[in-house]
Amino acid sequence: MNVARLPPRRGLGARLLAILGAGDTSQATWDAAEEALVAADVGPSLAADLVSAARARVSTGAPNGSRDALASVIRERLVAAGCGPFEPGPDPVVILLVGANGTGKTSTAAKLAGLLVAQGRRVVLGAADTYRAAAVEQLRLLGDRVGVPVISQRPGADPGAVAFDAVAAAEARGAGVVIVDSAGRLHTRVQLMAELSKVRRVIERRMPGQPRHVLLVVDAVTGQNGLAQAETFAAEVGVTGIVLTKLDGTARGGIALAVADRLRLPIVLVGIGEGIDQIAPFDPAAYADWLVGK
Amino acid sequence: MFDQLSSRLQGVVARLRGRARITEVDLADAMREIRLALLEADVDFRVVRDLVAKVRHDLMGADLLGGLHPGQQVVKAVHDQLVATLGGERRRLQLDGRSAVVLLVGLQGSGKTTTAAKLAVQARRDGRRPLLVAADVYRPAAVDQLVALGDQAGVEVHTRPTGTPAVEVARSGVEAARQRGLDLVLVDTAGRLHVDEPMMDELVRIAGATTPGETLLVVDAMTGQTAVEVAEAFRARLPLTGLVLTKLDGDARGGAALGIRAVTGIPVLYVGTGERSDALEAFHPDRMAERILGMGDILTLVERVQERVDRDESERIAQHLAEARFGLDDFRDQLRQMKSIGPIGQILSMIPGAASMADAAQRAVDDGQLRRIEAIIDSMTPAERQRPEIIKASRRRRIAAGSGTTTADVNQLLKRFDEMRRLMRQVSSGRMPGGAGGLRGLLGR
Repeated sequence: MNVARLPPRRGLGARLLAILGAGDTSQATWDAAEEALVAADVGPSLAADLVSAARARVSTGAPNGSRDALASVIRERLVAAGCGPFEPGPDPVVILLVGANGTGKTSTAAKLAGLLVAQGRRVVLGAADTYRAAAVEQLRLLGDRVGVPVISQRPGADPGAVAFDAVAAAEARGAGVVIVDSAGRLHTRVQLMAELSKVRRVIERRMPGQPRHVLLVVDAVTGQNGLAQAETFAAEVGVTGIVLTKLDGTARGGIALAVADRLRLPIVLVGIGEGIDQIAPFDPAAYADWLVGK
Repeated sequence: MFDQLSSRLQGVVARLRGRARITEVDLADAMREIRLALLEADVDFRVVRDLVAKVRHDLMGADLLGGLHPGQQVVKAVHDQLVATLGGERRRLQLDGRSAVVLLVGLQGSGKTTTAAKLAVQARRDGRRPLLVAADVYRPAAVDQLVALGDQAGVEVHTRPTGTPAVEVARSGVEAARQRGLDLVLVDTAGRLHVDEPMMDELVRIAGATTPGETLLVVDAMTGQTAVEVAEAFRARLPLTGLVLTKLDGDARGGAALGIRAVTGIPVLYVGTGERSDALEAFHPDRMAERILGMGDILTLVERVQERVDRDESERIAQHLAEARFGLDDFRDQLRQMKSIGPIGQILSMIPGAASMADAAQRAVDDGQLRRIEAIIDSMTPAERQRPEIIKASRRRRIAAGSGTTTADVNQLLKRFDEMRRLMRQVSSGRMPGGAGGLRGLLGR
């Protein structure tokens, strides 16, 4: 993730953080910082926690100001959670994308395919969102744009069967990477979560050791419910990392920081625009600086 | 939704219970809990600040006598402020004139296309003739999605060839509806970021070409602190008339709606409560506030039951109940109707005091417990269903074999049904309030 590619800081969070001057360590400054973090959807308890950690650091004689202290606290938390660029690992690799409705799974599947193709990998997409009307068609169109074949069945088909087919098709074609899109679902729907864990099991049985990556796609506008989502998805399908999408708006995506910190799930990719190439590996330092307006 | 808020408030109340009056320290504790709870519910932090200040003010000035204990006073003060913030009476869509136009706008993935289809289904049920207009020309296959949803719902969808500008699709849609005497036009637009100027300009042009009577902002219930900013940006460019809060069937607390309402004054008109095309409900500010406080939402439930439950069937059951002839077949019919009303967890969360068992019940449904109960009843003869007391050992074995269960399952069902029937008689004769107990008993939790 390149700082230059993130959108300029806009909106209220930015205004609040502007107060966070380089040398100022007054109570009002720290209160403003805490509020700005809450406004960035970091959540009230983590915001308080981060600010008090930064504060302790400044008062124990760190040379830099409050903003630097806060940025480094956030960066360290991200690094401790394993956040960093997505590394698919050697072929063969299966990547399963999961998440709530409307977070951007289908777009992410195609963007990630494009990214890996650009790195010289051979990729197959599996259209296992067989529920949402025209989701298969959407992935097929996006797959065309990045030149990646899309394996699909008829609408309403068993998503596990599609995943199975996609893995088989990749083997047959000599493609080392399979990216499986899945239908969006609320984590509270027990049956739908069971369906997803079945998709996972089907992949496991077809190709032991896979899916190596189960990426939870989180919309940057998501509020505190993101924690409950991540917790349930992690428990049901063994999430290995987070893709934070739609960072090109005014949302700061602080919920991803909360999820990373609380659940030790690394943020690995960010979506920074609607363009098919607008996906970037996650950079903890750049994100931490951006979050505090450095 | 809002479960954590109500449990937090209950925690505050528990601590205050038994006190004669609220002290400064108690008040500070209570305010801190309320602030945290509201922030965790994604209520805009500026709105939280105001709300907490108002509640504190109400409590400071309040007469501490008046029959309410301190805990109740805190809850009442928060409740009153929530009601005030969420707005007074609910408003219906104003759909006057020939071919009234409703424009749906919002961020990507908020649920515009799904909401458009749901509104069409509801309009048809109300005897209107809707037309869906597929003006999302950007997202790949968005038009296909709306066409598929329209097909499922039996509602016509207006499309134009690929490459037609969105403004032209929308304009021609309204024209087509007028020519053909369709009285409601639902225009689905592409999701867009509120900071994307060219895309916001396009929306302004679409509104200019279609002169919508209602412009609805579709907001995901999971939205966090950016909600107000987004709503303000859309309102700055468009005459927004209402809000639709989607995906409220999850456990997101939906505080975003409270923030948007407080800052922009735009009322919430509908809430989306599921993926099915009929999962759209009118929003009731007063009930929402009660729901926030864990007081249940009995009225919404009653309305839903009235809408979907076969009235004759209900009357027959009521009659049987009154005549103390309530049999297992009546019970099975009830179960089936319950399934058609919606996920049972959702139903229970609307019943005061039953919210805590909503999860367990939903799990029971998902585990197939209810299906097992249905299978057992299906394996009985009509006489057995009518008079379960005739079911002795050999009948039990036959029923278990027929339903793929065990005699223990059959025994358990019969025992609980008997308890439930006794309870129902008490309820129907007015000796006991509330009726969730029977179901609780059957689920054994």
